Amino acid sequence: MGSLSTLLPYLRRHRRTLGWGLVALLLSDTFQLIGPWVFKMAIDGLEGDANHRRLLVIAGVLLGLALLGGLARFYMRRLVIGASREMEYELRGDFFDHLSRLSFSFYNRTPTGDLMARATNDLNAVRMVLGPGIMYSINTVVTLGAALVLMLVLSWKLTLVSLIPLPLISVFMYHYGRIIHKRFEEVQSQFSEITARAQEYLSGIRVVKAYVQEEAASGDFRERNQDYLESNMKLVRINGIFHPGIGFLAGAGSMLVLGFGGWLVIQEQITLGTFVAFNAYLAMLIWPMIALGWVVSIFQRGAASMKRMMQILDTEPDIVSPDSPTPLSPVPVPSGDGHGDGPSARPEGYALHFQDVHFAYATRPESDVLRGIDLTVNPGETVAVVGRTGSGKTTLVNLVPRLYDPTRGRVLLNGVDLREFPVEELRSRMGYVPQESFLFSRSVARNIALGNPNADPEAIHRMAQVSRLADDILEFPDRYDTMVGERGVTLSGGQKQRTAIARALLRNPGILILDDALSSVDTRTEEAILSGLREYMRDRTTLLVAHRISTVKLADRIVVLDEGRIVEEGSHEDLLAAGKSYADLVRMQQLEEELEAAL
Amino acid sequence: MTGHEFHEEEALGKAYDARLMKRLLTYLHPHRGVVVAAVLLLMATSLLELTGPYLTKIAIDRMIANKDTPGLIRIAGLYFGALMMSLLLGYAQTYLTQRMGQEIMVRLRAQIFDHLQRLHIGFFDRNPVGRLITRLTSDVEALNEMFTSGVVAIFGDVITLLGIMGVLLALDWKLALVSFAVLPLLFALSLWFRNHVRENYRQIRIRLARINAFLQEAITGMSVLQVMNHEERSRKEFDRLNRAHTDAHLQSIFYYATFYPAVELFSSLALALVIWVGGGQVIQGALTLGSLVAFLQYVRRFYRPIQDLSEKYNILQGAMAASERIFQLLDTEPSVADGPAAAAAPADEEPPLIEFDHVWFAYHGEDWVLRDVSFRARRGESLAMVGATGSGKTTTMSLLMRFYDVQKGRILVDGRDVRLWPQKALRRRMCLVLQDVFLFSGSVAENIRMGNEGIDDATVETASRNVNAHGFVERMAEGYASRLGERGASISTGQKQLLSFARALAHDPEILILDEATSNVDTETEILIQQAVSRLMEGRTSLVVAHRLSTVASADRILVMHRGQIREEGTHQELLKLRGLYYKLYQLQYRDQETVPAAGPASAAS
Repeated sequence: MGSLSTLLPYLRRHRRTLGWGLVALLLSDTFQLIGPWVFKMAIDGLEGDANHRRLLVIAGVLLGLALLGGLARFYMRRLVIGASREMEYELRGDFFDHLSRLSFSFYNRTPTGDLMARATNDLNAVRMVLGPGIMYSINTVVTLGAALVLMLVLSWKLTLVSLIPLPLISVFMYHYGRIIHKRFEEVQSQFSEITARAQEYLSGIRVVKAYVQEEAASGDFRERNQDYLESNMKLVRINGIFHPGIGFLAGAGSMLVLGFGGWLVIQEQITLGTFVAFNAYLAMLIWPMIALGWVVSIFQRGAASMKRMMQILDTEPDIVSPDSPTPLSPVPVPSGDGHGDGPSARPEGYALHFQDVHFAYATRPESDVLRGIDLTVNPGETVAVVGRTGSGKTTLVNLVPRLYDPTRGRVLLNGVDLREFPVEELRSRMGYVPQESFLFSRSVARNIALGNPNADPEAIHRMAQVSRLADDILEFPDRYDTMVGERGVTLSGGQKQRTAIARALLRNPGILILDDALSSVDTRTEEAILSGLREYMRDRTTLLVAHRISTVKLADRIVVLDEGRIVEEGSHEDLLAAGKSYADLVRMQQLEEELEAAL
Repeated sequence: MTGHEFHEEEALGKAYDARLMKRLLTYLHPHRGVVVAAVLLLMATSLLELTGPYLTKIAIDRMIANKDTPGLIRIAGLYFGALMMSLLLGYAQTYLTQRMGQEIMVRLRAQIFDHLQRLHIGFFDRNPVGRLITRLTSDVEALNEMFTSGVVAIFGDVITLLGIMGVLLALDWKLALVSFAVLPLLFALSLWFRNHVRENYRQIRIRLARINAFLQEAITGMSVLQVMNHEERSRKEFDRLNRAHTDAHLQSIFYYATFYPAVELFSSLALALVIWVGGGQVIQGALTLGSLVAFLQYVRRFYRPIQDLSEKYNILQGAMAASERIFQLLDTEPSVADGPAAAAAPADEEPPLIEFDHVWFAYHGEDWVLRDVSFRARRGESLAMVGATGSGKTTTMSLLMRFYDVQKGRILVDGRDVRLWPQKALRRRMCLVLQDVFLFSGSVAENIRMGNEGIDDATVETASRNVNAHGFVERMAEGYASRLGERGASISTGQKQLLSFARALAHDPEILILDEATSNVDTETEILIQQAVSRLMEGRTSLVVAHRLSTVASADRILVMHRGQIREEGTHQELLKLRGLYYKLYQLQYRDQETVPAAGPASAAS
């Protein structure tokens, strides 16, 4: 339950609304509690000196009370439940804010489904506490207390007798509640089992079919299905007694009132009106008794869910700006090609230095992916990084926009450790095209302008031209306004990559990082893109991860990585002459090209 | 994780659809005895619950008025009896309906699952598993809710309503009509509520789906958003969706906050009328006091079922949408079905012969993946397929297993068109080993046996020994009884492959279909795998998508595929001499492997 204290700031923010909501709740309960008393007056009056006028007054009072009670309940619901929805809104917003601050490494180790579950199911369970939980718990306590007091005032003897079954209801609720909870958990685990099985068989449908295992799979599924039925029936057997049982115990109270209360009327210890009113009050007690167990479970579930949300909210982002950041402003901004408005290129630009950089992923801290990288990229220089899969190329370039920080060593920008700059500012100088281009379900134009929301259509179009996407876009039904993804066009791998390139170029970055950004583009398009990029890259510091020699050749310098180390470094011609791994790579590529040409 | 589909904007349709309902009722048919019993029990309990106020009336009018204490005790006893009956019958009714609901669910789930098993592979290419699981779980559950609480509760509510009306009319028809005066108002209110809430509910669902879709996308692409300094704008966009969702809820709160108090207000209006009119009758002596009290109690109970009925609407609506989706799935005909001419396999002594006869195939429209592919494999002959990614090798294998049907040409096994084979008989002759090894949760032995009880422990072990899997299995805590985790996560990729070889070898198929994995494994495992593959292929009719030189070299014949066509065919030596495509491929992909057996494919082969 302790985790629910986290909600206090939210509750405090809405204390006025909730306060008025509570007032409405108390009023509503009060009006409701007066009702039976009016009945009493009516019945007693009818036994005595009633007339039509008085009946009309009583009917009027009854209606008036109902009206006021209804109004109070209207406001109670609007205020209390409304506040809970507002708090849900704030919580969801805060949760998302926090998610957007968490770093890459967090997302690597946390499955999306898990985060989604917390943002949906758990949030909902917490909301239940804030709304119905609070409302019904107070309502229950107030109604129980007040009805009891009124009953005692009416007749303490009858109260004592009629309440005999009430503790039984609580004992019954408590006892069966626990058994039900246990069996319910059993049902839940059977349910997960059946889901997991189905998931497995359906994911492996090829193997199932190939080994002609359809019947065996069906048989197995049927068996688990039957198990699920059994555990469900175990729950039903106990659950089925629950509602009739509560009805019975509540009815037992009414029976006692009927018998003992009737006897009291005969003995003239109470009036008939009291007898009728008493019955009404007793009926009012039943719902809170039932609600009690329900409210408790809302709080229990809410606390568990809040704990799960806290696990995320308490995660500190790994990559943060320093407390007193070094401003990036003195670093000169090179001119943007096609953006005539920037200052002209200055030779100093952005220089990158990797100093003895080591890196290991948190999930596998014992195996270093980078082992002592020393590399300098001069301002305006283009450096290509090549090497086989798993050699650490992507990891190396990911350090520059600080998706990760090195585990040892430093990366410097113009002589200053990256970690000393404000993160947002650092990233705003970079154009980064990741290996897997990720597009969002919005228009093509908005996808390109992801990093520059204020870019004019002209600039977007220009960058689409450089990345050779513009012609494709003209084919789309709504041109630049065409939606990407399920509700629009599905882009090919190459189109996605070119969108990602345009997106990076539009930022007019001082540092450009292309992580295998042309892998899904055919050679002819690649050629065209490269010729456009060549001009663009001239004044920019560029890191280029690539496989194709045609791309690599573009670089001023080539770095060959192997198992997290730099094994070769130099120009295309130098490395070719050296006749080592780079030369092998070139030979392979030539063969491939010949193969391509032969077809 | 059951794979929620946050993109799915569920369109909620009608709460009652005669066509769907008719079909749903067929599921009740086998349980009709139970249905009749449940209805009778429900009627009995609903009516028993109405005895309280009537007994109160008798107590007031006869016993209390006449100071008849023993009579009062009798009445109380009668009431207790009614309560007991109601408890027992209520329990019996709940038990019966729940049992029926559970049995219907079991049947539906089995039906859906069996149907899914029959559907062809193309269906699974289009439908993510998560969506199918939703059909099996939440949709079936929604139907159960409809059968057990929805329909039953509605039925009970209606009986209660009619019962109260009957009792009231019997007690005093004039006063009854007075208390019914409020009914039209209440009816109008319910209609208003239902209409608004339905649209509002739909809005909430849509907006929540949007939030979740956005969230899912943002979480998946968070690094891109961060590198693009998009966090602040993402927050704003999220806030907009979040706000829209909250606003829809606030609107819904308004409807609920109006509806419930209004129902109570109308109920109080009826009570006031009863007190005024009925009280007047009591004064005139036209009505007994006990009747008036009973009236007051009945009228108060009158409104609960009406309130309930409006709430049940959502359950019905959800169930209709769920049944629509389920039936749609069940109505999907498997595109690959056993043809009319399909009969049991003939006991053919002729060797199995694979023949592709001018095969054309496309997954979509005219997007040909295979163009005019023809080749044959004699019994015991091994064929290796080589070629770049996307050249059609894997498709060729899938077609041989008849996971899909060809558009033009035909594929023959044993001289007979695969479409004329019963699918199961066809597949029993083959073993498929895929790149991505799929292990089911179960023991190692179970995964090798794959449900084939004819494979005994000795065979499992021999097969494992022959493919070099025995060593690591024995080192596992419980040997062949060791459980493999979800998707076999607890063993390495290389070990998984060895297990899948053991699986294939244990089944000793006539035809082996092998898609060699390209994944990098350590040198030692690589050697084990190479040995295992050649043992698997030994003397067996095999069709192998080869990535290893050792595999290619040990094949009897090599098919060089490119862009859906067979470009070259022959033995390793023949093709090398040809100095064509294969020669270049060999230079590119395989030559390194001659010296370094453990090397993965060259990084250039992207």
